Amino acid sequence: MEKDFLEHGLNYNRRRFLSRLSLGLGSVALGSLLIPDLFTGGMDDASLPPGIPDFAPKAKRVIYLFQNGAPSQLESFDYKPKLREMMGQELPPSIRAGQRLTGMTANQASFPLVGSYYDFKQYGDSRAWISDLFPYTAKVVDDICIIRSMHTEAINHDPALTFFQTGAQQGNRPSMGAWLSYGLGSENKNLPAFTVLLSRGKGNGQGVYSKLWTNGFLDSTHQGVQFSSGEDPVLYLKDPEGLSRFERRKMLDNLAALNDLSYKEFGDPEINAKVQQYEMAYRMQTAVPEITDLSSEPDDIIKLYGSDCLVPGTFAANCLLARKLSENGVRFVQLYHQGWDQHGNLPQEMAGQAKDVDQASAALITDLKQRGLLDETLVIWGGEFGRTNYSQGKLVRDNYGRDHHPRCFSIWMAGGGIKPGMVYGESDEFGYNVIKDPVHVHDFQATVLHQLGLNHEKLTFKHLGRRYRLTDVSGKVVKDILT
Amino acid sequence: MYRRLFYLMLALTGITYAIQACNNSSTSQVAEEEIPDIVSYNFDVRPILSDKCFICHGPDANKREAGLRLDIADEAYKALKEKPSAHALVPFKPQESEVFLRISSQDSAFLMPPQSSNLKLTSHEISIIEKWIKQGAKYERHWAFTPPEKPTIPKVKNKEWVKNEIDYFILQKLERKGLKPNLEADKERLLKRVSLDLTGLPPSLEIMDKFMADKSSNAYEKMVNSLMQSPAYGEKMALHWLDVARYADSHGYQDDNYRSQWPWRDWVIHAFNKNMPYDQFITWQLAGDLMPNATKEQILATGFNRNHKITEEGGVIDEEYRVEYVTDRTNTFGKAMLAATLECAHCHDHKYDPFSQKEYYQVYAFFNNVKEVGLEATVGGPETFAKKPLMEISNEDVKKILAFVNKQDTGRLIVSVMGDRDTLQKTHILNRGVYDAHGEEVQAGTPRALLSFSDKYPKNRLGLSKWLFDKKNPLTSRVFVNRMWQEFFGRGIVKTSGDFGMQGELPSHPELLDWLAVDFMDHGWNVKRLVKQIVLSSTYRQSAEISSKKLRTDPENILLARAPRYRIPAELVRDIVLASSGLLVKKIGGPSVKPYQPAGLWESATSGRGLLANYRQDHGESLYRRGMYTFIKRTVPPPTMGIFDASNRDQCEVKRLKTNTPLQALVMLNDPTILEASRVLAAKLLQENSQAEAKIKKAFRLITCRNPNEKEMNLLTSYYTDQLTVFKQKSTADKVLTVGEYPIPAKINKTALAAMMGVITTIYNLEETITKT
Repeated sequence: MEKDFLEHGLNYNRRRFLSRLSLGLGSVALGSLLIPDLFTGGMDDASLPPGIPDFAPKAKRVIYLFQNGAPSQLESFDYKPKLREMMGQELPPSIRAGQRLTGMTANQASFPLVGSYYDFKQYGDSRAWISDLFPYTAKVVDDICIIRSMHTEAINHDPALTFFQTGAQQGNRPSMGAWLSYGLGSENKNLPAFTVLLSRGKGNGQGVYSKLWTNGFLDSTHQGVQFSSGEDPVLYLKDPEGLSRFERRKMLDNLAALNDLSYKEFGDPEINAKVQQYEMAYRMQTAVPEITDLSSEPDDIIKLYGSDCLVPGTFAANCLLARKLSENGVRFVQLYHQGWDQHGNLPQEMAGQAKDVDQASAALITDLKQRGLLDETLVIWGGEFGRTNYSQGKLVRDNYGRDHHPRCFSIWMAGGGIKPGMVYGESDEFGYNVIKDPVHVHDFQATVLHQLGLNHEKLTFKHLGRRYRLTDVSGKVVKDILT
Repeated sequence: MYRRLFYLMLALTGITYAIQACNNSSTSQVAEEEIPDIVSYNFDVRPILSDKCFICHGPDANKREAGLRLDIADEAYKALKEKPSAHALVPFKPQESEVFLRISSQDSAFLMPPQSSNLKLTSHEISIIEKWIKQGAKYERHWAFTPPEKPTIPKVKNKEWVKNEIDYFILQKLERKGLKPNLEADKERLLKRVSLDLTGLPPSLEIMDKFMADKSSNAYEKMVNSLMQSPAYGEKMALHWLDVARYADSHGYQDDNYRSQWPWRDWVIHAFNKNMPYDQFITWQLAGDLMPNATKEQILATGFNRNHKITEEGGVIDEEYRVEYVTDRTNTFGKAMLAATLECAHCHDHKYDPFSQKEYYQVYAFFNNVKEVGLEATVGGPETFAKKPLMEISNEDVKKILAFVNKQDTGRLIVSVMGDRDTLQKTHILNRGVYDAHGEEVQAGTPRALLSFSDKYPKNRLGLSKWLFDKKNPLTSRVFVNRMWQEFFGRGIVKTSGDFGMQGELPSHPELLDWLAVDFMDHGWNVKRLVKQIVLSSTYRQSAEISSKKLRTDPENILLARAPRYRIPAELVRDIVLASSGLLVKKIGGPSVKPYQPAGLWESATSGRGLLANYRQDHGESLYRRGMYTFIKRTVPPPTMGIFDASNRDQCEVKRLKTNTPLQALVMLNDPTILEASRVLAAKLLQENSQAEAKIKKAFRLITCRNPNEKEMNLLTSYYTDQLTVFKQKSTADKVLTVGEYPIPAKINKTALAAMMGVITTIYNLEETITKT
């Protein structure tokens, strides 16, 4: 018992100590940052990210299922029978109200309204409307909170994605996961605090960019580390063929001995820090493959996520992997599923995309819940903007497209202190404008940070003369959706 | 077990105390213990006001509270608008100064800064302000906005140590602090340091032998001269400039297709090798196209301002992106040339520095007249590899005026460059920075607080260059010499090399900075001369040993009582590995190359469109080019570069972070580039007629640039012996050797090869190998 305590405490401090060392500034950072970690009390306000945590956090970790390309809200969570009634009729100018359009439809002669090809039904105690494309999500509807009143500022993919992830449309600012890593650190000494998983559907795709998981001006220890469920789950993790763990250990011991000679000559604390980073790398080599190995998951779990989850690189596999990473203390697991950009051929493409993600997204909720982890894990599902209520290109009953629409779209959140079984916000009967409880991207970001116990106005970093924050200069916590 | 933990705990505690002790003496902390006899507005007071007060009582008119501004003396002395009987500042009388009363109040409703701001003054900061008011509350102009004047050379005691002017300034501070500079570094380490700094490459064995044998008193200077003559000098100098200029091989944004901008990079290398004066170097890049009878070389130089990202996403709003490009140029100009955070005035008046939003758009106006559009074309063929305005580089050009361009085939080669419209495009203030929210119309101009724009100058980019190189411009020279200093010492004299404004750090050696800045201007902006001054100084030549006293008194090494010791940039990690193994292909310039990269990185992140949807790795020579030629696809930059803190070239960067992470260890242990180099060097050594010890010693010299000591040799040779046994028993040698495309010699003992390869990989992984020591 005593040993456990001692080891735990020591490891904790040692880890913090080493991670501080790894700031690369060596003793600079040590002086101001290390001491408060080792001996609580007497913290210097100026040197720590302030507001940590300002209040008791509801969530400890985040899993963000980003639907890259912007899924249509009108075929998923925002039921608009009016659009079916008015099929083919012109979008009333009073509704559009001069809102800008992308270059893809701005020159279109008409804007024919188009209703969902798919039917909607009400589910659960909340009686929320969900389209037939998402039968599994429908089953967990009482565990999630659907927000139908999201709006953003950007109208194109790159800036909109960047805005969601970093709080600014342009520029190299830290991503949400990097902010959380900076504000809260890692819960697991063998794993990075912020990991990224990519998958791709068959629908019209838009790229992802590593700047979406950038550390920006924060230390690069906060950068998202890309994981995969394939052969080499982290870049350069795998030792060369023919080299045993035992031999690797021997080599590192030799290396440490040599580096120690150098330390004796130069007295530079960075040399010891380097040795410790090699040790962490060595531990990662064992810890990461254990976690990314999905083959030992029991049958009922495989069944829950769907057989796709055994195919590396699928969304289902990534959801299962996300659960394992999160369970092991990874603070922020960011998934991207590409292929949601349905400018045309929407009914067919969207069915494929929904099939890719529906079962596994719902499974993740169920799985976390059955492990008692949903309360402390915030799960988010959504894209970077919504889609227009009028058709892009020629309108046929079973074939149409939708252009980008930043003014109104839907996402859902679950767990981590978000009210379950709730539908929040409302759009007009055309699904074009928000008419009740609008949630701006910065509000959403403020809410996420709040659930993690961080005040979005206090979690700042001074860079080139300015204190930056995830929510830039605005954002309000959406209190109505909190438990 | 318990005992080990106990010792570890003890050690940690010890370190902590040591740290606590040193905490008190770093310069930024000096203020914590003592309040200066004479409080300086610039050095003591303004940093506090700027950081904690100006956000509401500073230059931004729209956010100003109670009509009070504290950044201008007359405003701060005036009667308060809301309480005319009182004054914010009453010189000599803190008790009558509202500023002091409010910051020292116990009443939280009365206290400044207010709680809602999340800002707080420390008791020390309050005392500083109190004393400043007592001494008359005198304002000074911000140091960086006053033109530099050449200070007198300070007096020092230890004149023997001094090699040139730099050393006087450094030594004076050391003597005041009671510190002695380190001895000169040993010759081997000094050679590695200067060779990496001047060429980015480790010295060859021949150079090492030659230098060690040269006992003449100016051996070092001769070496410096010869390194600066090497074409690799231009490559090394260009590396930093590529970050500043946000150079990349793709357009960025959504589809991120290929661009052929590399001839501009060839020009940068050429310009540094030719030692083009800095004023000319910049003028050509800013305004080469506007020069009378502009040559093709001058036009190529303007590619600088077209290196920014350009969208190819269908359906974007054209003007939104055009504005984005102009904004990027404006911000880059501010950061790269002036270390001014002009970009903060993009949406509103600057909150800390005296730049109004109007002035931002006046600078913007210089870059707003380019014959360009927001979206020229979506992903396409070779015609999209550069965007209009563009220039074509013909085979004739390469034979004559553009001989430095390493064009390798006869295909059409186009580069995006600058070129203005025939008529002047109007520039408006953009309210909140929004592309279509036009406000007041403005004319091209520059921030008044720096230097007003003379009527003599044409109101175009050429005039802007003249303004930049006006000797009264307070920033241009300081900013550049500071960044050069940063490149050699790892940290600028002004640490925030991208921000010389009020929120930036103060210079550690203000007189030295000014002396260097004026000297640089007085000698025709001669870059090589400046570089030489730096590397010839005693300051630079010191050993990097860190005594515990120096670690305690100056942990950040601000005073430079020792040479800095830090990990080299990402590209140089690769260069050291390739050069020492003999794999390096020393071709200069040309299109970027695609060396080994883990599979699937581009593929998993692409939209599927364009040339760069799949990573097509190169073969042969292209696998062994210097790090600076590695292909940069902006949305998925080369992974090893990012892991070692290279810029992703998204926007102008003037300083890289220097981190130390486990991912770096994984790269060094498992990247095929490093494993292949180990194998190739091992094979080469095994083919030599020598003993194993001699081979190991040679490998160690090639990689670390010094002879190993006895202990090191013992560790490495016993490791080699051990590995020989291991590979004999396990017969895994073949597997270990299958890395990289470079052939394995036919008749070679594979057991020995695998064992020697392991030894060499170990040497590559030494902390010292990739550290400037």
